[in-house]
Amino acid sequence: MSKRKLTIAITGLNNTDNPGPGIPVIRGILDSKLFDARIIGLAYENLEPGIYMRDLVDKSYHIPYPSAGSDILLKRIEHINKIEKIDVLIPNFDAELYSFIKSSEKLKKMGIATFLPTMEQFEERHKWNLCEFGKKYNVKVPSVKSFYSEAELYKAAPGLTFPVFVKGKFYDAYLATNAEQLRMHFYKLYSKWGFPVLLQQYIRGTEVNVVALGDGHGKTIGAVPMRKQYITDKGKAWAGITLDDEKLIEITHKIIKKSKWRGGMELELIKDEMNNLYLIEINPRLPAWVYLAVGAGQNLPEALVKLALGLKTNKYTKYDIGKLFIRYSYDLICKLEEFEQLSLYGEL
Amino acid sequence: MGLISKFYNNMMKINKKIAISESGFVFNPTTGDSYSLNPIAAEILDMLKKDLSEDEITDALLEKYDVTASVLHRSIDEFIDTLKEMKILENE
Repeated sequence: MSKRKLTIAITGLNNTDNPGPGIPVIRGILDSKLFDARIIGLAYENLEPGIYMRDLVDKSYHIPYPSAGSDILLKRIEHINKIEKIDVLIPNFDAELYSFIKSSEKLKKMGIATFLPTMEQFEERHKWNLCEFGKKYNVKVPSVKSFYSEAELYKAAPGLTFPVFVKGKFYDAYLATNAEQLRMHFYKLYSKWGFPVLLQQYIRGTEVNVVALGDGHGKTIGAVPMRKQYITDKGKAWAGITLDDEKLIEITHKIIKKSKWRGGMELELIKDEMNNLYLIEINPRLPAWVYLAVGAGQNLPEALVKLALGLKTNKYTKYDIGKLFIRYSYDLICKLEEFEQLSLYGEL
Repeated sequence: MGLISKFYNNMMKINKKIAISESGFVFNPTTGDSYSLNPIAAEILDMLKKDLSEDEITDALLEKYDVTASVLHRSIDEFIDTLKEMKILENE
């Protein structure tokens, strides 16, 4: 069977020590036996390593930061689309998803398919809405309080108990064991991500994660649970292993069924000593460790492309247990001309 | 009463999901934890997995190794405790 030729644009090429999901998503797509994909990298920074991984990314373009607004982003995508004729676009950053979800109809009119959560799904799973999310979908969650100013924090300070997690609006989380650490992390997070800064109850236990894909009608196309085996100082998994845990799969199916989740997702949960599962975060996209799912038998990036194209997509029913991923760093040697080309013309 | 007796009386069993390789590498797929056992520990775990009785396990080890019954019982008790901590043993 000949493979279907596709042009797929992908963000999240920052394959750094705090990696975006772009490169693992690309690897999954390139492993596909159905698609022969030309990969277009969409990058925010000149030094996103994926741009220079020429065996994985055919061509890269600069795109404007989400803060520039959806219209400017769309104009840039329109320009790129005229050259590349993009079939599917897969955004991989939380911070850019709002713009892409908002623009999905306009992208469709340009002939570009996406498969993203609805705006309602995207909004209700925000960290600051976690308590309401837990109540709505009957899932245990830690208590969370949002702070929109320093004054609010000072007012609440006498009633706080430690340790407590301090979390940024989009990314980053720190454990504060005393008021001094809390103040330090609070300042760091609001200057980086703005308000709200969130204080989340600390649940003692083991963190476990699930990568999953929902079809938008309540069906789970695939789900693979993982425990981090090696964690970087930024809290990112540098190694992980697939688990055999029915409870994790059950909770994932329940959330996808009840919310009719559309697209990729990552659930972050804490399992306490009594085996209770607490949902601590839902990331509305495939995570940077998604290639572990591919290696374990569930090519979720390929399935996401099929869903975006409206193709029949069967659900995965099994995966290999005890499969490991181990990241490594690697020095790419690049020509100055390549860097120059990207810096001056915004494409490579 | 040794812990093996308690183990049988309380109907604790080796978690069926636990994978034990011939080299003594143990993997708990529910937690993701893995352990390396020394040859004797691997032997005991293998016998527990085969539902051998306390007497059968003790006899087999006494016959094979130069050890007194009391030392052997104590060592096995400690090992069973470790298996419980690792959640390799579970209630049936």
